[in-house]
Amino acid sequence: MIRFLIRRLTMSVATLLIIACLTFLLMNLVPGGPFLSEKAPSPEVLAAMEAKYGLDKPLGVQMVTWISDFAKGDLGVSFRLQKNRPVADIITDLFPTSAKLGFIALGIAVLLGIPLGCVAAYHRGHWLDSMLQVITTLGIAIPSFVLASILLVIFGVYWNILPTLGLSSWQSYLLPCFALAFYPMSYIARLTRSSMLDVIHQEYIRTARAKGVSPTKIIFKHALRNSVIPVITYLGPLTAGIITGSFVIESVFNIPGLGRYYIQSIIGRDYPIIMATTVFYAALLISMNLLVDIIYKFIDPRIDITGEVE
Amino acid sequence: MKSRKYGHITLPSFHIDAECLIDQKPDLKIRQDDFELANSASKESFIENKPSMSYWQDAWRRLKKNKVAMIALYCIIFLILFAFIGPFFSDYTYSQQTRGHENCPPFWQQPDAEYLATHENFSKYDHPFGTDNLGRDMMVRLMKGTQVSMIIGFTASLIVLVIGALYGSISGYVGGRVDDFMMRFVELLYSVPDILIVLLLASSMKPALTAFINKNPDSGFSDFVNVLGAPLIGIFIAFALLYWVGTSRIIRGQVLMLKGQEFVMAANALGASNSRIIMKHLLPNCIGQLIVTTCMQVPSAIFLESFLSFLGLGVSAPLTSLGSMAADAIGGIYSYTFRLIIPSVLLSVLILSFNLLGDGLRDALDPRLKR
Amino acid sequence: MNDKKLLEVKDLHVSFFTPVGEVKAVGGISYDLGYNEVMGIVGESGSGKSVEAYSIIGLLQSPGKVTGGEVLFEGRNVLEFSNKEMQAFRGNEISMIFQNPMTCLNPVYTVGDQLIEAVCCHESIGKDEAKRRALEMLTMVGINNVEQRFNQYPHELSGGMRQRVMIAMGLICHPKLLIADEPTTALDVTIQAQILELMKDLQQKTQMSIVFITHNLGVVAEICDRVSVMYAGRIVEQGKVDDIFYNPHHPYTMGLLRSMPNIEETRHEKLIPIDGTPVDMLNPPAGCPFGPRCEFCMNICLRENPPLIQVSEGHRASCWLYVEQAQIACERGEEIE
Repeated sequence: MIRFLIRRLTMSVATLLIIACLTFLLMNLVPGGPFLSEKAPSPEVLAAMEAKYGLDKPLGVQMVTWISDFAKGDLGVSFRLQKNRPVADIITDLFPTSAKLGFIALGIAVLLGIPLGCVAAYHRGHWLDSMLQVITTLGIAIPSFVLASILLVIFGVYWNILPTLGLSSWQSYLLPCFALAFYPMSYIARLTRSSMLDVIHQEYIRTARAKGVSPTKIIFKHALRNSVIPVITYLGPLTAGIITGSFVIESVFNIPGLGRYYIQSIIGRDYPIIMATTVFYAALLISMNLLVDIIYKFIDPRIDITGEVE
Repeated sequence: MKSRKYGHITLPSFHIDAECLIDQKPDLKIRQDDFELANSASKESFIENKPSMSYWQDAWRRLKKNKVAMIALYCIIFLILFAFIGPFFSDYTYSQQTRGHENCPPFWQQPDAEYLATHENFSKYDHPFGTDNLGRDMMVRLMKGTQVSMIIGFTASLIVLVIGALYGSISGYVGGRVDDFMMRFVELLYSVPDILIVLLLASSMKPALTAFINKNPDSGFSDFVNVLGAPLIGIFIAFALLYWVGTSRIIRGQVLMLKGQEFVMAANALGASNSRIIMKHLLPNCIGQLIVTTCMQVPSAIFLESFLSFLGLGVSAPLTSLGSMAADAIGGIYSYTFRLIIPSVLLSVLILSFNLLGDGLRDALDPRLKR
Repeated sequence: MNDKKLLEVKDLHVSFFTPVGEVKAVGGISYDLGYNEVMGIVGESGSGKSVEAYSIIGLLQSPGKVTGGEVLFEGRNVLEFSNKEMQAFRGNEISMIFQNPMTCLNPVYTVGDQLIEAVCCHESIGKDEAKRRALEMLTMVGINNVEQRFNQYPHELSGGMRQRVMIAMGLICHPKLLIADEPTTALDVTIQAQILELMKDLQQKTQMSIVFITHNLGVVAEICDRVSVMYAGRIVEQGKVDDIFYNPHHPYTMGLLRSMPNIEETRHEKLIPIDGTPVDMLNPPAGCPFGPRCEFCMNICLRENPPLIQVSEGHRASCWLYVEQAQIACERGEEIE
């Protein structure tokens, strides 16, 4: 097991390096720069600003500088959005907000999605199943900004029962979290449903029925554990994505989070933020995938991810 | 009683009770020739032959039975008609700004007194869905927006289809080291954060394309670029670079499965070239999967475009898409709610219909009979 | 005790209501099973033999439905059981084991877990007692290292061992009737022989009755007391094992026996298959379903389904060949009223 972990860790670091290099290359290859769209500065000012941030050096040198700085823990300073503020500070400021929203939304998605999927699978063909199918399909079809805006209008304006901006009280978490959770919840419910339907028709379920096991036990003991595997696979990347924040939700509800900031930094070509956040996101993704793989082992004894011989 | 001899077998004979027979078969009427051996002609006519259906007829029949998928199909057809034929029924064009008709309410809302005072000759049905703040008719803009959204969806899907199918089929067919390498490349592409690329491209296309246009003002491509807008070209490029990986994986899986089948071996034995085998034998057998993946790709392209519109990186005015209209309407959400609701509903219906149709097609084209 | 029947199937009809139409999988079969008796149900794929077994144990799932008949288990009509009664009945008084041991055990729980579940859902005994019973059953079915196997997962066992575990699960509550749906078909030939031996042994020890479903006549000869031959959802011949093998009356049975490869045949003799293809159960024709494939097919066979005729004590066949009086009447040009 230890060997497996070490192997994974080394691979992760290598992957992160590759992603960092790729991102760096892409950022620089695509036309445009951090200072171009401001009120067009004169060439001398432009050159001075570029020199200050080290942008006039050849790409290879820039990349190596960045990596060595990163290894030392220095993530650089922001170019544009918050001039000269250390990137590390920015991230540690914004990330907890996004993460809080994200975890709550994740909880809603999982705690509602999986049981709904089970119910739909069990009552297949029933009106309950059809109704749930409609709701979940809507959930994955409606663009998030549409949903967020509509919720805002209904609850924030017409009925005026929930706050619409910022995160001041616990009530103000309700709308953004629910809007954030709706798509994953629908996806998880659909995934659970189809996985359950597959499992229910397996022969070992027939054996359990032949033994006289009660229907509740068949669903929750025999079927659920087998059908939850694809859902867990989905949860890995989902967690990484949802806790880094959603641009749409944070914009519509005016919440200062990492998601909104990241998108703005891409459009504004704030290189250090783009680099740091991309690598941060990739690191999260890799750790989530690792976590998922470890969880697999507890659920399905057939899966042997370590590659070691029993 | 004599025993009957048939060929090499002697069948035993014996008495049976007539009652036994009457109990079981009270209405039995025996005919003269009943116990003669039946000839092969009558034996064959005995067996009804079901008319055989081709794979496509069978799939179409199954699709028709799926009510949800059929409703989705009708919705899509309706939306296509709405988008492409609709504008002929209106007096206005999507970019036409009619002075004096700004902010006209839709026909189900009563205009307030102030509005009526400033607008004489006001007719409810002149602009059935109202106008925006520049006096452009909403109904026609909706039609145009639907057109644009659909075109984006279809074009992006087509790009993904062509690149993905070719890449996947070549990779699957050639196999071995080449396949390994090609798949490693695909995995690498998977780990690239797609939103990063899309945004970088979308926001950077403008200066690059402006420069290009300035150099070649007369080419048709310039007009094309002008109309669509730089960010959209960015989307298409992003799709061509990134989003075909899913399709290629699916096609590769299909090809791997088909490769081992005998008709491929036969074609090979007859001397068909590799490209011919791929084009004429393998790809046609993948058409089912191709149709389904394309159908599912359309809504995700439309989804992505609407997200970009929300960011302000959508189509350039005056052209509009459903996503743009919805995004623009968010600012006026309190006073002109309908401007958000209508395009949002249309957009959701469009995406929903394609998803449901894709689901239905997948079920119908699956040769295994489902429960 | 000899006359009381454990299982009586009376005129059972089962249909599947599919999107393309009603498939009459079982079209009126009847048979009896006494205590301590092994009945073999023989037929090719699609003959309905598994379907009727599923109906007896209540495992028939939609779109399948029982459309007629009764199934009496010790006098009670099993088809009318409520869900709760059926749950208590299954695994307890009647058990079923299935064909494919590779997929019939839940892969995420240990063998021991699944065995304990089998006994605990019917008898309220403690975990230790349940474990003791489970280990006892595992030993009885011929598994070595029972303690170790108890804690292993199904994928760590071979096919033969898994089938033994299935049998242990089926017998752990001492059922009166075991339904075995082709339990040896998916196994290697040598393992087949072992499992058959095991089942014979267990049957003699526990005196339970078995309904043994198979398409393999060799297996039938090994273990069965009586045999029902099914074709196209109907029983075409029924009788004691010796009767069926040495005195077959229905042409289908004769065909089956003839098509078995004989180890003593020389290599130059061709195998003798049964001509034709199985019946389309969606549109079953009138008359005897075997007609078109039968070398003795007569005109009446294409018109009317033959009655079940008593050939001798306990031996019945459904074929027009044996309706002698009708033949005589026909020769004389008379009609039977």
